[in-house]
Amino acid sequence: MTPDTSDINGPVLSVRDLKVHFPIRKGVFQRQVGTVRAVDGVSFDIGRSETVGLVGESGCGKSTTGLALAGLVEATEGKVMFDGARVGSKTGRDLAMYRQRMQIVFQDPFSSLNPRQRVRDILRAPLDIHGIGAPAERPQMVLDMMARVGLRPDQSASFPHQFSGGQRQRIGIARALMLKPDVIVCDEPVSALDVSVQAQILNLLNDLQAELGVSFLFISHDLGVVEHISHKVAVMYLGKIVEMADRQAIFANPTHPYTELLLSSTPSLDPRKRRNFSVSHDDVPSATSIPAGCAFRTRCPLATEICVREAPPLSLRDGTRLVACHNR
Amino acid sequence: MNQTVSGTKTDTAPEQPPALEVRDLRIRIDAEAGSFTVVDDMSLSVRPGETLCIVGESGCGKSMTALSLLRLLPDGAHVERGSIRVGETDLLALSERRAEDIRGDRIAMIFQEPLTALNPVMTVGAQIAEAVCRHRGLSLRAGWAAAVQALRGVQMPDAEQRAHQYPHELSGGMRQRAMIALALCCDPAVIVADEPTTALDVTVQAQILGLMANLQREHGTAVVLITHDLAVVAEIADRVIVMYAGRRVEEAAITDLFDAPLHPYTRGLMGAIPHVGGVGRLTDIPGTVPPLWNLPEGCAFAPRCPLATAQCTAETPPLRAHRPGHMAACWNVTHDA
Repeated sequence: MTPDTSDINGPVLSVRDLKVHFPIRKGVFQRQVGTVRAVDGVSFDIGRSETVGLVGESGCGKSTTGLALAGLVEATEGKVMFDGARVGSKTGRDLAMYRQRMQIVFQDPFSSLNPRQRVRDILRAPLDIHGIGAPAERPQMVLDMMARVGLRPDQSASFPHQFSGGQRQRIGIARALMLKPDVIVCDEPVSALDVSVQAQILNLLNDLQAELGVSFLFISHDLGVVEHISHKVAVMYLGKIVEMADRQAIFANPTHPYTELLLSSTPSLDPRKRRNFSVSHDDVPSATSIPAGCAFRTRCPLATEICVREAPPLSLRDGTRLVACHNR
Repeated sequence: MNQTVSGTKTDTAPEQPPALEVRDLRIRIDAEAGSFTVVDDMSLSVRPGETLCIVGESGCGKSMTALSLLRLLPDGAHVERGSIRVGETDLLALSERRAEDIRGDRIAMIFQEPLTALNPVMTVGAQIAEAVCRHRGLSLRAGWAAAVQALRGVQMPDAEQRAHQYPHELSGGMRQRAMIALALCCDPAVIVADEPTTALDVTVQAQILGLMANLQREHGTAVVLITHDLAVVAEIADRVIVMYAGRRVEEAAITDLFDAPLHPYTRGLMGAIPHVGGVGRLTDIPGTVPPLWNLPEGCAFAPRCPLATAQCTAETPPLRAHRPGHMAACWNVTHDA
């Protein structure tokens, strides 16, 4: 179902029909009264040294997708494969193996680092847990990684609060890289940073990818950032991917009406290209009551009767892109 | 807001007196560890119908500037010198009681996070009605009618029903509409908006920016918009002030700034933004913003500046006009930009 855009060795990571549903419980007996379908059947591949951008508005399930892949929330359904081999149960040794191959960088560099640990201990912990390198070599591995992500090795005894936001994000990236993972989930890694620092981190991620061949699932609400860093882009709306294609195709020629809406809502950096704002007031429906049929139909200018009845499948167009729309 | 450059509001109404004028403002914070200046040499003026954007990164003093315009500085921060005039009124000379009369009536504020700015235990209608009654001396009934009218004005869907709802019952976009209605309900001459769309999704941001632009056109309101986002600036500003470490480093009309930024910091910022349609490596600005209590000697940007010379670390550069209406505070401005 997913076009193979990776190299001949096949994708390093394949995700098939991933679902994460959360029960809504109410009352004294915590009876389940509903379900939030946060992620509802998401499939994609990531090739080696490839960055896949996952974009969408708040509540679309992009972060939950990342957390499920990182093993931090339990997937309700779905398959995850590394190099075509299915990952078994995410427990015990399987989980340890999994975490060696898949790491995560969080949005908030302030709350995702233990404030009572020194940087060298934060970075060493993964090596100790997974038994990587001889214990005597580990301090040097930590210092090497600090240098690689642009931190001064002489700061290795410092605590997180002694660093700026950008430097803390470098620590988070270094921690994710310690195990030499195949894939790193980057969940809004630059959203909390100032523009000038954001650029430093984006450039760093690009350099690291070129050096180490690591792949990224890059989750962001910022289309400018996603366009800058991604090779392939998946657009999510209410738990589903509605369009997926190479970066160029998405940005030069958006096909799904939601992709169009996102792009036309993004301000350009050119004061001569001001948009005619549409002062509509459509809100994203709640994930607890996703509209039947196509979830986007309540905001869609192209919606017709079939959109109410049937959810459009994600289908291949022009051999290059996947789009879930009846009318495109 | 899709006017051409020659049609910007600044050009069409040059004779009007400013709705808001700030001169030589200095804001200081007294902390236990000592006091320090967070905003210095701040001057600005906004005409009716004009949008002035103040842009800068965290800690540059833009939010402190915004709060000072309504005399809402937090405890420990105070205006040490300078003047703030709303129309003919010198805001800093007023008693707190008189300042309350002006605040919400002639100058109003839109905050970044409506969920914390709105009162959680009052319906949005009651909050707006309260403001109208306070400033216009209306009866409760008339105040409520005005509140519903104000909510209609910001295109709140089902305004009558929504007026009876509490902030937590509304979506983020609707809450921001409610706050704009609250700010506009007394038809103020000046609106100060501090990151009004930062907490919103991009599609909702587009709606809110469009709404603000339309309302501004209808009412002729002067808007001071504080933001960290140059794309938002490109979208709605007539004039721009770029702040760094508590000072203005550049000020220009919108197209001048984007066509030919003068200050190395502004240029750095523009190169650092990944934007749709942009390609290539981002030019990052090395280092980070210095803390305001520990600013370097001379130009605060010098340690991060590719053009810095010995003069920059010795003397603070003054804000000077390098082209008509285009000012920058830099010793090494290159004019061929």
